[in-house]
Amino acid sequence: MSAIEEIASQAPAVDAVPKRAMTLSSGTTFVVVLLLLVVPLFVKNFIIFQMTMLLIYGLAVLALNILTGGSGQFSLGNSAFYAVGAYTSAILMEQYNVNYALTLPVAGVICFGFGFLFGQPALRLSGVYLALATFALATAMPQILKLGFFEHWTGGVQGLVVTKPDAPFGLPMSQDMWLYYFTLAITIAIYIFSVNLLRSRSGRAFMAIRDNEIAASAMGIDVATYKTLAFGVSAGITGVAGGLGAIAVQFVAPDSYTIVLAISLFLGMVVGGVGWLPGSFVGAAFIIFVPNIAEGISKGLSGAVFGVLLFLVIFLVPHGARQVAMVAQQLLGKLRKN
Amino acid sequence: MELFTNQVLAGIATGAIYACMALAVVMIYQAIDHLNFAQGEMAMFSTFISWQLMQWGLPYWVAFVVTLAFSFAGGILIERVLFKPLTKAPILTQVAGFIALFSIINSCAGLIWDFTIKQYPTPFGSSPFLGSQLISTHQAGMIGITVLLLIGLYFFFQYTRVGLAMRAAAAVPESARLVGINTSWMIALGWGMAAAIGSIAGMLIAPVVFLEPNMMGGVLIYGFAAAVLGGLTSPFGAVLGGFLVGVFENLAGTYIPHVGNEMKLPIALALIISVLVIKPAGLFGRNIVKRV
Repeated sequence: MSAIEEIASQAPAVDAVPKRAMTLSSGTTFVVVLLLLVVPLFVKNFIIFQMTMLLIYGLAVLALNILTGGSGQFSLGNSAFYAVGAYTSAILMEQYNVNYALTLPVAGVICFGFGFLFGQPALRLSGVYLALATFALATAMPQILKLGFFEHWTGGVQGLVVTKPDAPFGLPMSQDMWLYYFTLAITIAIYIFSVNLLRSRSGRAFMAIRDNEIAASAMGIDVATYKTLAFGVSAGITGVAGGLGAIAVQFVAPDSYTIVLAISLFLGMVVGGVGWLPGSFVGAAFIIFVPNIAEGISKGLSGAVFGVLLFLVIFLVPHGARQVAMVAQQLLGKLRKN
Repeated sequence: MELFTNQVLAGIATGAIYACMALAVVMIYQAIDHLNFAQGEMAMFSTFISWQLMQWGLPYWVAFVVTLAFSFAGGILIERVLFKPLTKAPILTQVAGFIALFSIINSCAGLIWDFTIKQYPTPFGSSPFLGSQLISTHQAGMIGITVLLLIGLYFFFQYTRVGLAMRAAAAVPESARLVGINTSWMIALGWGMAAAIGSIAGMLIAPVVFLEPNMMGGVLIYGFAAAVLGGLTSPFGAVLGGFLVGVFENLAGTYIPHVGNEMKLPIALALIISVLVIKPAGLFGRNIVKRV
């Protein structure tokens, strides 16, 4: 409308997070891992199942965090990658009798390819426009899975039932517990991979693009390659999470992977702190447990209670769990000095 | 050929709904620089208020005006209470706030008026318009009101001091503050106006899609799509985008085999994305040049 708008300078949409602030200190990491290893030995199977889901959603949020917090690209379409991963695992296990553990790398590689390809047209879009494009992917995915053409493999609207694996080598543990430790091992592996990725040359390239795309390209970073690479890696990790999810829930159906899932993942990322990798698991806890708490407070108004709780969180800590961790760290530092 | 013209006409009629919504979306985008995901729910709530007023015996146009005033005040109130404190928060946190607002309004409306589908009256009647079977007088009235709104908004933004101040506050807040514009209140005003336009959209749409708490879900998605297609900086583009999306959707449903109702939305979205890949700022949006 006027000339002013053309020279509007905008702050980057995603805050710059220093590399060092992206992970936990080694002491905290040790405590967290120890807790994750020991707690399942003392709780009921249902809680173990919920902890498994927490790790799985945590991985999916982590993947989104690499994309948005790392390379500064929005996505409301990660539910589509999750769906592709879940279906890849389910189809390989049920139709082709492949061992469940072997289906996960396949799911990861297929989703990596899918994400990488989707990243190509997405290159030209940013901000709201990219959000709309990924949103379209998320709304289209359940419909595509329902198409009669794929019904032979996907089972159409009814979906597929997946058998839960037993613990191998005759280990004396329940299926739920085995699946938990299996998920935990994969989660730790992917977490270490992600941390190292963000510390590597590629990770620095992601962050440079996030902070200022033009400056990054002026420094010789191949913006197109790294942006699509970020999409691919994010989709690949989401795919593995989807595969694990299918095994844990023992069921895949098109309507489990709607836009609602994508929005949950997004909320998880915001609550955990954009760009702070450990926060992904805090965010995952939020999206798994808070809707249940809201339902517990009031059945009829559960949506409103959820909204109010979400508002409370973003009012108190606009930067999510990252902010809490930083404050805690400062307090600890002060205590040590005294 | 007759099938084609009929489908195009029907598309324009549904497009009017999307155009209305897209206009509200662009309004708030002009004022606050974000897409408000709760916009549809705010419109739905306003529509329920007008329905309630009519249930209490008020005539249509009185209820219409009261609802407009209510929505305007409500929009300002929401901004002051919920989003002003978040001004300094990261953008993604604000988006999470919109999702929270969506959830709250939807749930409250469901509790107050429950989820049964309600009839909503139309002031224009529903007889065929000028003898055409495809466009009813209501749909014609809807198109008319959308166009009137668009013209009104154009004059407001182009020729009034407040309109200019609002544009300045949204485009370059720092400079706007330096010349003495109260940018904080301009944003609140933008919320109020967006809520009011949304309520008009809601009251016009309700006779077509019927009144219920989830009535806006689909419409809002198309409204966003239309706004983005037309270019988020251009109200004219948004309205045109709305009509285009309506026509696309109908033609895709007619001419592409195996497209059921459920595949209409993905196909419409896919087409919009192909347009965006060629013109990344939308058909009528201006490219924003960034300072390094």
